[in-house]
Amino acid sequence: MVIFGIDLVLLISALMISATPVLLAAIGEAVVEKSGVLNLGVEGMMITGAVIGFIFAVNTQIPIYGFVCAAIAGALLSVLFAVLTQYIMSNQVATGLGLTMVGLGLSALIGKPYEGIKSPTVSKIEIPILSDIPILGPMIFSHDAVVYFSVILVATVAFVISKTRIGLVLRAVGENQEAAHALGYKVVRIRFLAIMFGGATAGIGGAYISLARVPQWTEGMTAGAGWIALALVVFASWKPWRVLLGAYLFGGITVLQLNLQAIGVAIPVEILSMSPYLVTIVVLVGISLFGHHTAPGSLARPFHASQ
Amino acid sequence: MFGLLLGDFSSAFGAIKLIFWDPLFDENFASYARPQLLVKAGPIILIAIGLSIGFKAGIWNIGAEGQYILGAIFGASVALSLYPQESILIFPAMILAGALGGFIWALIPALLKVYFKTNEILVSLMLVYVAENILASVSQGLLRNPEGMGLPGSRNLKDYPSAHNSEILVNSGMHWGVLTAFLAVILAYFLFLKHQKGYEIRIAGEAPKAAYFAGINPSKTIIFCMGMSGLLAGMAGLFEVAGPSGQITMSFNSGYGFTAIIVAFLGRLNPLGILLAGLLMALTYIGGEIAQLMLGLPGASIQLLQGMLLFFLLATDIFTNYRFKSKGS
Repeated sequence: MVIFGIDLVLLISALMISATPVLLAAIGEAVVEKSGVLNLGVEGMMITGAVIGFIFAVNTQIPIYGFVCAAIAGALLSVLFAVLTQYIMSNQVATGLGLTMVGLGLSALIGKPYEGIKSPTVSKIEIPILSDIPILGPMIFSHDAVVYFSVILVATVAFVISKTRIGLVLRAVGENQEAAHALGYKVVRIRFLAIMFGGATAGIGGAYISLARVPQWTEGMTAGAGWIALALVVFASWKPWRVLLGAYLFGGITVLQLNLQAIGVAIPVEILSMSPYLVTIVVLVGISLFGHHTAPGSLARPFHASQ
Repeated sequence: MFGLLLGDFSSAFGAIKLIFWDPLFDENFASYARPQLLVKAGPIILIAIGLSIGFKAGIWNIGAEGQYILGAIFGASVALSLYPQESILIFPAMILAGALGGFIWALIPALLKVYFKTNEILVSLMLVYVAENILASVSQGLLRNPEGMGLPGSRNLKDYPSAHNSEILVNSGMHWGVLTAFLAVILAYFLFLKHQKGYEIRIAGEAPKAAYFAGINPSKTIIFCMGMSGLLAGMAGLFEVAGPSGQITMSFNSGYGFTAIIVAFLGRLNPLGILLAGLLMALTYIGGEIAQLMLGLPGASIQLLQGMLLFFLLATDIFTNYRFKSKGS
């Protein structure tokens, strides 16, 4: 399966790895935005997850501890955002940007001694039987646990949001906060939990970059992945399965441009490197042209029970 | 900073003194640091003033960094294409080109928002990464110094008198960009206080529906706000590349476009507030450099400090949203 000097099996398998961090962060942010909160601090939570995950994985030599600690770190950082926006009612855009700054600074500060160290390998899990299928097996069914986890998480979120009572309440809070409050739902508490969930998944996504995709710690290594996750949520019109689709599309473009660079296509490197961002813009325009605007009704609106 | 984390009060106090006090008043540092204060504050204030216009209208231009880079590239291109001719008109032409570069780059998210309702936060931010790639490309290709022995980076504009953004007063740090920043503060002050356009912008931000029914065209507001912020960011980029930085290199941009977002909020979107916040932020940069030198703190700790500053300020919203009450009343 080699086309124009690019191995398709390797391409798809690399695509899934490349898409996983963004997918994890985006599915969390989708839940946050479904609850009516816009957290622009995804990049900050991802990079914090990346450094905390790396530090714990290197010190314990057990990657899973890294991912768990990254989730906790991301959630803790998002608590800062949650307290500021939900209780103190600060501006969500400004607070989210501040969270990104704090995350980038904090991670660089505590990650300094860990530069240049290699992380323990995240082992692959070959799914029995399925991984023996020719072509499809090595493409889709022989990844590490986090890749599978991200897909299962998307399925779970999709199910919970559309089929369960919790999902219904979450959507009610996001669509019409006053009505949800009048029905007796604790708007602030539900949003607080949603924000923490978003923080945790962003943390895991970040840790996947530093533990599996690169696998090393360098300052600012998320390189805008958090922002792309935010764009993906819009791309997906806040629908979980479309988040998956978008993440894999985006991962595909990223991997493809790297492959094209590697085989020395006569397109300048800079144009290839900027292509994922340009494609994101084109997609955003396309969504506005052909998609429906299904943004949660109360998105980014502050709420206090007295108003 | 570390001291603060460990709860060691005296060393924390020492670090804070090193960052906020020594750059201005310690004789070892003051001669270097005082001019630097204006050099660093100038571009930050200029960009933040532009951003505050949009933020007031609820238009979130997060991509000032990209507009700043494009402004620098446009402006420097004018100078580099005219090298080595000398004329008094070159520098004004560069300023215009710089403003145009930033303006065009900001117009992309503005027009996409007007015609396709795309989210300007995401588009403007994506364009930062595109701009950084363009910068990498031109500094190695189009604008590379032909006498630079193949090294990336353009000619140094400091060696080109007609294009050099020199200090107006020697050793004050006061260059044309800083002067423009001060002018922008004054103009923005009058825009919001006296001019109808400023009033319209405020209405559009605080009560979009009322603005719409009062006949304030939302599309025009978007284009005006994004355009102005891009224009000022582009000019800031030009002043930086023609002055303190001197040449187009892959890393001449120092993240001022992002810092300016913090400054705009720290200054409460008020022009005078932004002036003060910009100076404070410049101080953290310089103090941070000194702290790096003296205490071996990594550069990013300053980013953390700046982020925390913003958080503390946002937390003071508690005083505007809640009121203290004594038990009896």
